[in-house]
Amino acid sequence: MAKSPKNYDIVIIGGGPAGLSAGIYTSRARLSSLLVEKAALGGQIINARSVENYPGFAEGIGGIDLTQSMHRQAGKFGLETLTAEVTGIEINGERKLVKTSKGDFSAKAVIITGGSERQKLGIPGEAEFTGRGVSYCATCDGAFFRDKPVAVVGGGNAAITEALELTKFASKITVIHRRDELRATRILQEKAFAEPGIEILWDTVVDEILGENSVNQIKVRNVKTGQESFLDVSGVFMAVGFKPNTDYLRGILALDAIGAIVATGRMETSVPGIFAAGDIRSNSIRQVIAAAGDGAIAAVNAEKYITG
Amino acid sequence: MSKPVEIEEAAFNEAVLQAKTPVLVDFWAPWCGPCRMVAPVVEELAEDYDGRVSFVKVNVDDSPRIATQYDVMSIPTLIVFKDGQPVDTIIGFRPKDELKKILETAL
Repeated sequence: MAKSPKNYDIVIIGGGPAGLSAGIYTSRARLSSLLVEKAALGGQIINARSVENYPGFAEGIGGIDLTQSMHRQAGKFGLETLTAEVTGIEINGERKLVKTSKGDFSAKAVIITGGSERQKLGIPGEAEFTGRGVSYCATCDGAFFRDKPVAVVGGGNAAITEALELTKFASKITVIHRRDELRATRILQEKAFAEPGIEILWDTVVDEILGENSVNQIKVRNVKTGQESFLDVSGVFMAVGFKPNTDYLRGILALDAIGAIVATGRMETSVPGIFAAGDIRSNSIRQVIAAAGDGAIAAVNAEKYITG
Repeated sequence: MSKPVEIEEAAFNEAVLQAKTPVLVDFWAPWCGPCRMVAPVVEELAEDYDGRVSFVKVNVDDSPRIATQYDVMSIPTLIVFKDGQPVDTIIGFRPKDELKKILETAL
């Protein structure tokens, strides 16, 4: 006989700043709360060496220090956490069943804060050389490319931040961008243009990543002229956007064109009792402060939903 | 009670390549956030597999040659060695259950 699912007032999916902030609020409101995280608590920001724009930390704070402190804070109020992957949500009237790799949990309200992950280009060599020259995190892997030439693919804030981080290590950084202007904010653009170690290849895409044990070359193509060429690099840092982690939510919640969850200013999704917060939400600005704010709003409105 | 042992280049041969049991090597650095998430999981595994698998930590800043030798270009990377040979490489954070499965295969 199947074990009946454990009941909670709130199940939070995702353990980044949005989920941890929601957990602080719901557990402090004396709602029994379970947070389910598939990997490491903290979310993507644990890769950031220093978070410089989170209010209250004038000298900056390490991404991991910030989220570990959030976790301690939530734990103090009684938030339970579980390492498991969520595979689906079933809506049974008032209650929602959150299905995970470690069993099912029933909740009166669910807050989804599963965030997003780096978009993959899907080109030949990308998967094969991931961790052997292909990287999605310059802060994590930059030091392995000391005095070596690298490429950064993309033109947004993530790409330029990665390129600037890499100037500490790499001998030369080529930013490969498919358009003729950057999308990154002005301050980042100014820094990049002033950096002699950074060169930008405009109107260019990467078609293939080549190497033996690790990456040694990429094949690039100018999208305006069609001209193909090869670039010798030891590393390729991918920063071509983000993909919300919503595959298991298709057909359950309204999603936007890129798969992010459509939610109101109260963080309500298209299903009553299910809330969304942080990077997984449509039009998120992908900042820790916004994720934390979303989490608090979702928590307060989930509490109102439960208590009527 | 067993804990992962921090080793330097000179000790690698004896501690890893000559070891009688499988060895899990945790390549890390102090500046790496995800490495700090992996560390407690590796510590728990070291207790669970006390006597059956040994656990070694290599700081890639202090021992760059070992990292280069085993093509470590991303951390955290965990490499499982058996009879002196790398038999499995795990790049990035993985939950404890997944790491257990990998260790069971190596045993």
